[in-house]
Amino acid sequence: MLNPFLAQQGGAIETPQIDYAAILPILIVLGAACVGVLLEAFLPKHQRWPVQVGLTLLTIVAAGVALGAYVGDAPEQGITTLSGTVAVDAPALFLWGTLLALALGAVLLIADRSVEPGGAFVAQAGISPGTVQDRAQVSSTGMQTEVFPLTLFALGGMMTFTAANDLLTMFIALEVLSLPLYLMCGLARRRRLISQEAAVKYFLLGAFASAFFLYGIAMLYGYAGSVRLADIAAATAGTDRSDTLLFAGFGLLMVGLLFKGSVGPFHTWTPDVYQGAPTPITAFMAACTKVAAFGALLRVLFVAFESTSWEWRGVLWAVAIISMAVGAILGLTQTDVKRMIAYSSIAHAGFLLVGTMAITDEGLSGTLFYLLAYGFTTLAAFGVISLVRDASGEATHLSAWAGLSKRSPLLAAVFTFLLLALAGIPLTSGFVGKFVVFSAALSDGMAPLVVIALVFSAVAAFFYLRVVVLMYFSEPAPEGPTVSVPGAFTTAAITLGVVVTLLLGVLPAFALDWAGAGGFALSS
Amino acid sequence: MLLSQATGGAALAQEGAGPGLDMYLPLVILFALALGFALFSVLLGPLVGPSRFNKAKLSAYECGIEPSPQPVVGGGRMPVAYYVTAMLFILFDIEMVFLFPYAVSADALGLWGVAAITLFIATFFIADIYVWRRGGLDWN
Repeated sequence: MLNPFLAQQGGAIETPQIDYAAILPILIVLGAACVGVLLEAFLPKHQRWPVQVGLTLLTIVAAGVALGAYVGDAPEQGITTLSGTVAVDAPALFLWGTLLALALGAVLLIADRSVEPGGAFVAQAGISPGTVQDRAQVSSTGMQTEVFPLTLFALGGMMTFTAANDLLTMFIALEVLSLPLYLMCGLARRRRLISQEAAVKYFLLGAFASAFFLYGIAMLYGYAGSVRLADIAAATAGTDRSDTLLFAGFGLLMVGLLFKGSVGPFHTWTPDVYQGAPTPITAFMAACTKVAAFGALLRVLFVAFESTSWEWRGVLWAVAIISMAVGAILGLTQTDVKRMIAYSSIAHAGFLLVGTMAITDEGLSGTLFYLLAYGFTTLAAFGVISLVRDASGEATHLSAWAGLSKRSPLLAAVFTFLLLALAGIPLTSGFVGKFVVFSAALSDGMAPLVVIALVFSAVAAFFYLRVVVLMYFSEPAPEGPTVSVPGAFTTAAITLGVVVTLLLGVLPAFALDWAGAGGFALSS
Repeated sequence: MLLSQATGGAALAQEGAGPGLDMYLPLVILFALALGFALFSVLLGPLVGPSRFNKAKLSAYECGIEPSPQPVVGGGRMPVAYYVTAMLFILFDIEMVFLFPYAVSADALGLWGVAAITLFIATFFIADIYVWRRGGLDWN
C-alpha cells in the first residue's frame, strides 16, 4: 500500500516555473511589508514614522515602475506562472496599476499628520478606551506606525487576489488582504470605541464570509475535481455531472466575493465599518478593496463560469437590483457623511455588478474603467471629509456641513465636484464609467436592468445634490466646524483624486484603451 | 484540453466506484473505536466512581484563563500575554505542518526545495523577531 509513496522518493519532483518579472510588483510590495515589520522591531520610536512613510511610498513607486517595465513587452494574451496559480494578463495588469495608484493616494492620507497632531491613528491601540491611560494618551503625538506595513500586506493581498487563477490562491489572498484591514479599522485616534466596534464587526462578518467562500470552494472541488478556474470551466462544458454541486458552490463563492465588494444584500457591515474606521483607512478600503473584490469577481465569472452564465445571471440580476435599491434609498436617510458615502458605495457596487454580468469584452473593459474612476473619486471624497473638523475630531454629521461654502469656498467646490462625479454628471469620470458599463449591459441584452439602474442613479443623485444644496444654500451654524488647512500629503491625495476624476471625464480614451487591452489568460 | 479533462473525469469515476471504497474500511473502524472509547469513558465514570464536589473540577480544562467573569479592575482588561503565547504556539504548529512534508520529500525537491523552505522559515521568523523585540516574550 505504501509503494506509490516509496516510489516517489527516488525521482525528482518537478519544480514550478516562476516568471519573476511578471510577479515582481507583488514581490516588491510583500517584501517591503516584511522589511517594514523588521523596522518596527528595531527602530526607536521617534524614527519610525519618517522611515515607514518613506519606505511605503518608495515601495509603491518601485512596484509601479516594475509594473510599467513589464507592461511594455508583456505577451498580449497574458501568462500564467507559479504552476498556473497566478495569471498575469491584461486585466490583472490594469487592476495592479489601479491598486498601486489608489494605494499611493491612501498612504498619503494615512501618513498625514498636519490635520490632526500625530495623525489619525492612536498612539497605543492596546490601551482600553475611556481609562486613565487612554485620557493621558490623547495629547500624545505618537501613532501606531504598524499601519504602514499592514497597508502593504493588504495591498499585496489585493494584487494577488485580482491575479489568482485558482480558488485556493484566491482564498489565501483574500485572507492576506482582509486580516490587516480588520486591524487597521480599530486604530482610530478619536472615537476609539466606535472604531473598535467597527473592527470587531468587520472581523466577525468577514470571518463568516470567508467560511462561505471556503465552503463554496469545497463544493466546486467536489464538482470539478480541481480548484483551478480553467478546470472548472472545462468541467462545466459538456458533462453530464449533476449541477447541484456546481451551483451550490457558485452561490457560496459569490457570497464571499460580494461581501468583500460590499454588494447588497451582503453589505450590512459597510456603513458601520466605514463610519468607525479612521477616515484614511475608510478611503483605502472603499477604493482598493472594491477594486480587488470586483477584479476577482470578474475573473471568476469570466474564466470559470462563462458557459453557465444563463443559469446564474438571474440571481445576480436580483443581487444587483437589491444593492442599487439599498444603496440609493437608505442613502437618502443618512445624516452622517461617512455613512452616506458608504451607502453610495453600496449603490455603486450594484452598478459595477451590472457591468460585471455582461460577459463580453465591453463588459470587462467598462467595469475595469468604472473601478478606476470610482476609486479615485471616493478616495478624494474621504480626503475632504477628514478636513472638516470640530473640537471632538471630524465633524461628520451633515448639519455641521451647512453653509460650508461660506467658510471654505474651495473645499465646498472640490466636494461638490466629487459628489457630482459620484452621481455621474457629464465631464466627470463617473458619467463615463456609468455610460460604458450600462452600454455594455445594453448590448448584452440586459435592457430592463439598465432602466432600473438609471432610475436608482437618479435616486442616488438626489442625496448627493442634497449635500451640495446644504453646503451652498444654508446658513452656517454659529458653532460650526472649522476647515483644517491640509498639509502636503492630504493636499496631494485630494489633488490626485480630483485630477484623475476630471481627466477620466474629459479624456477617457486613454484609460478605456488600456482597460480594453485584452482579456483574461485562459490557459492553465 | 477538453479531451484530457473528459478522460480524467472517467478515471476519477472509476476510482470512486466499488473496489476503491475498500481503503476507507480502516478509517471506519477507527471512527467506531474512537466513538466506542469515548462512550465507554464518559458513561463508566459516573457509574463506578465516587461523586465528590471539588471546585477545580469545574474550571476550564487546558484553556489557561477563566473566560468569565471578566475582571472589573483595569477596565475589564484581559491578560494579553496569554494570547500572545497561544498565538506563537499556533504559528510554530503551522510551521511544523509545512516542515514535515518538506522533510519527507526533501530528496526529491533538491536545491529548489532548500531555497523555498529557507525563505519560508526566514519569513516566518520576521513575526517572531517582532514579538520578541516588542516584549511579547517577557514573562512577569
